[in-house]
Amino acid sequence: MSAPGFILVIAVAVLYSSGFYLLLQRSLMRVVFGITALGHAANISLLLTDEAITLPPLLTGHEGELSDPLPQAMTLTAIVITFGVTTFLLALAYRVWLGDGNDEVPNDVEDRRIKQLSEPEDSA
Amino acid sequence: MVPAATTAWALSQAPGVVAGSPARLHIPWAREFHLVLAFRMDVLGLVMTLIAAGIGTLILIYCARYFTDAEPGLGRFAGVLTAFAGSMMGLVLADDLIQLYIYWELTTVFSYLLIGHYTERRDSRRAAMTALTVTTLGGLAMLTGAVMLGESAGSYLISDLLADPPSGPLVSTALVLILAGALSKSAITPFSLWLPAAMQAPTPVSGYLHAAAMVKAGVYLIARLAPAFNDVAVWQYTTLALGTVTMVAAGWTALRQNDLKLLLAYGTVSQLGFLTALLGAGTRDAALAGLAMLCAHAVFKAPLFLVVGIIDHSTGTRDLRELSGLRTSMPVVFWTSVLAAASMAGLPPMAGFAAKEAAFGALVHAGGPLYTAALAGVVLGSVFTVGYSLRFLWGAFFTKPEVPTTPVHTPDALFVAPAVVLAALGTIGGPLAAAVDPVLAEYADTVAFNAGNDPAHLALWHGLNLPLVLSLLCVLGGLGLFGARSAVAWAGNRFEFTDPHTIYRRALSGVNTFAIQVTGSTQRGSLPLYLGTILISLLAVSAAMIVRGPIWGIDLPPVRIWDSPLQLIPAAVIVVAALWALLVRSRLFAVVLVGVTGYGTATLFLLHGGPDLALTQFLVETVSLVAFVLVLRRLPARFSTPVLRTRRLANLVIGAATGLLVATMAYVALAGRQTEAISHGMPAAAEEAGGHNIISVILVDLRAWDTMGEISVLAVAGAGVASLMFVRRRALPTRLRLRASREQSAVLLPTTPVPSAAPADSAQAPWRPSALQFAPRQLSVQARWNPIWLTGALTLSAERRSIVFEVIARLLFPVIIVLSLFLLVTGHSQVGGGFAGGIVAGLGLMVRYLAGGRYELYAASPVTPGVLIGLGLATATATAVAGAVIGTEVLQAGTWDLHLPLMEPVHLSSTLLFDFGVYLLVIGLILDILRSLGARIDEQLEEHPKTGRTDQAEEATA
Repeated sequence: MSAPGFILVIAVAVLYSSGFYLLLQRSLMRVVFGITALGHAANISLLLTDEAITLPPLLTGHEGELSDPLPQAMTLTAIVITFGVTTFLLALAYRVWLGDGNDEVPNDVEDRRIKQLSEPEDSA
Repeated sequence: MVPAATTAWALSQAPGVVAGSPARLHIPWAREFHLVLAFRMDVLGLVMTLIAAGIGTLILIYCARYFTDAEPGLGRFAGVLTAFAGSMMGLVLADDLIQLYIYWELTTVFSYLLIGHYTERRDSRRAAMTALTVTTLGGLAMLTGAVMLGESAGSYLISDLLADPPSGPLVSTALVLILAGALSKSAITPFSLWLPAAMQAPTPVSGYLHAAAMVKAGVYLIARLAPAFNDVAVWQYTTLALGTVTMVAAGWTALRQNDLKLLLAYGTVSQLGFLTALLGAGTRDAALAGLAMLCAHAVFKAPLFLVVGIIDHSTGTRDLRELSGLRTSMPVVFWTSVLAAASMAGLPPMAGFAAKEAAFGALVHAGGPLYTAALAGVVLGSVFTVGYSLRFLWGAFFTKPEVPTTPVHTPDALFVAPAVVLAALGTIGGPLAAAVDPVLAEYADTVAFNAGNDPAHLALWHGLNLPLVLSLLCVLGGLGLFGARSAVAWAGNRFEFTDPHTIYRRALSGVNTFAIQVTGSTQRGSLPLYLGTILISLLAVSAAMIVRGPIWGIDLPPVRIWDSPLQLIPAAVIVVAALWALLVRSRLFAVVLVGVTGYGTATLFLLHGGPDLALTQFLVETVSLVAFVLVLRRLPARFSTPVLRTRRLANLVIGAATGLLVATMAYVALAGRQTEAISHGMPAAAEEAGGHNIISVILVDLRAWDTMGEISVLAVAGAGVASLMFVRRRALPTRLRLRASREQSAVLLPTTPVPSAAPADSAQAPWRPSALQFAPRQLSVQARWNPIWLTGALTLSAERRSIVFEVIARLLFPVIIVLSLFLLVTGHSQVGGGFAGGIVAGLGLMVRYLAGGRYELYAASPVTPGVLIGLGLATATATAVAGAVIGTEVLQAGTWDLHLPLMEPVHLSSTLLFDFGVYLLVIGLILDILRSLGARIDEQLEEHPKTGRTDQAEEATA
């Protein structure tokens, strides 16, 4: 077994990092971007399980080592699911904007209420 | 009826059980967790069954007279009471700790319902809640203890535990926890407050639950485990100490009660303490005495409760200060009470006397300071018992000079009969003690330790010895206390401990406040904060593992820079775009950058030998990009003001560290990989399935279940998008019938004013009749050939139309659809498949929407996306089910060769049908996106050209 190519690992690291950073933002749109980036990162990581560049997993009669079809099948599923989730989140973000006039994640109302309960002297 | 049958059954089993062969029943239930439905009836179980079922029968008879038929909730009451009797049976017969716990909690729940029978009374509800809280608290501790005990013993069967008891500090902890459960159930100090409060229940319930059955559960558990753990110090000390303290303290409290029922309740608590001390004492004789006392207590306390119920029913009060002269007006009831109270006080020749003698004897013989102290406590407690027994008789029945005789309506025979039967049992129990002895000894002998004494026997007359002297002392002391009853009551009230209810309420409100404060200080309600906490925890835990773990020992293969230098280009593009996307404040630009990372990823896929992946990724990325842009039309152009610089920096650090961590983990996991890939057989399997595209075969055949799941997720996502966008209503294009003829279509288009950014006097402005009010200077008629490529585009204002785009869209659409079908059909042997095909077809629709607006979209697809999605899902499911019907299993594939003229034989497989379902569904999803994020937003824009929000905000809040 050989190590995955270092270039790709760097790309994965950067994608993950920016994905997590975007996830930590208040703007829902950026959160959606973050999830997209995380999806790309995960997909490339899946692909890294395969050793190196080889022939596509098609039985065309050409001689040579085929690439591993299993991670590719998983990645394909992942791409489509990420697409579905992203679209849903996008609609969600838009909906929030319709209601609030911005697409930021507000603090949870219930949590704020409990916080007020716990600090009665503050609210008084 | 059911409890009566149970009693009969238990009696029929009795000879075998007494002879030493317990009845057993094992039903395996969840083998993986070693859970069985195990029942076992030995002597202890038999005694408890007889008590619970026998008294249960009598109580139900009693209930028939206690309640009138018009009593509200009577049906529920009867059902709950019977259910309670059933759970009690399960409790005493269960041979499995977990099972025992379940019955344990069932009795708690039913007792909650029974105590709270008078749902309209506040006190009743509160008492029920208190009982539930206290006993459930103990029950949870007990569950923990039971799991610890079962795990350390390797078996949850109680019979296994008894045969081979485990030991060690873990077991001691487990025993303390189990004791907490047992003590809370039996209302031993410090858990005793709930039992007196529970006297809010109807009297039959008090007589059954709080004298005979439920409160005995804790005592039963102690007795059940005593043979195995009698020598564990913590067990012995706890039961002896708390039992004795409870007996004395509750007895003292009982001496000053004026409510007959409360008096009995404190008396019960006191007796339960006595039982706990005896059964936990750890000697054979004490166990014998304890079991005898258990029986005696059941047959004297229950009739006393029943008597209180009769008195309450006949006179309307149970306050002993108001009762007078009942001795003459209710002689049968009076003599019943005398017998029962004599047994309670331990007077010969009652069962209580024999049991108490045995108890004193056991503690005397055991020797040692611990037992002597316990003996002193028990004797003191017995003095109090005699005292409150006398107080009960005096208070309920005797003529008090200062109180007028209470008027009585005579209870009928059936009402009194159960109490009489029980009291009679208690009376003959004394003389028969010697006969019962061998039966109870069967249990007592399982407790091996007896402090070096010969086993004692139950008997009414042991000769003149220390226990007899002690009994005499108790009676004298009790008489003395009764004589000085007003002084005792005064002293009791004067030196009252803190009211346990106050402590309970303070504890509850303290827990509540604490919970609010903890929640308030940890749940700040900020999503980024929560996410950050999760990520930091992930980092901290992983960092600890990495530092300590064996990861440094793995010998990794040499680092390779790349698989091919070509990879450098997309990788660099991805890195730059991803980092740039963090900085930009323009939404549109950010979308483009994120899209670039997607296209870069697709290029990497292509270079890596995954053309299918690359194709799908390119297509998906394009659709996503369009969807994002469609939404961004409405959102502000730039992201809002950035948060604090420090917060941003912290986020950056967290993000970078997490990304680095995940990538490192991926690298190490992959580089340190030890086994070969598992996909060796897949090419052959694909060959067998008749496909050349292995990925496609995996998706639609080998792992078709996964794909089923996936398309279901897509369908749900589509439905989610649509419902988010059409909260109020779905924009139905059916109102609008587009015809082929362009004139008509123009007429039928909606009358909504078309927004036009251009000023009205512009040459491109829509033609208006008002312009003819002023005759133009020159009127020239130009013949213009104005072909309409996309009919729906007529609704667009002129400056938004692009003839070139329309032409291209018109010409391209059939080609795109054919291409998508081609991808679908060849997917099995070449690059392509249902997903790719579906997305391509979706792109075709998208082009038409972008060129011709939303009416063009409606024109392009005659059906709604819901229909397409549903049809796709149905096709896939039908194929799957057909596999089960025609073939052997769900999703099994079948193949046919189709011979058409002029063509090579076409290899058809049922997987193609499955893929067609996927294809339809994906088209439906994209159509859904276009309708929701495209057409719907168009509508909103036209309704409110400025913001489009006003109505929507109301709509969202409504």
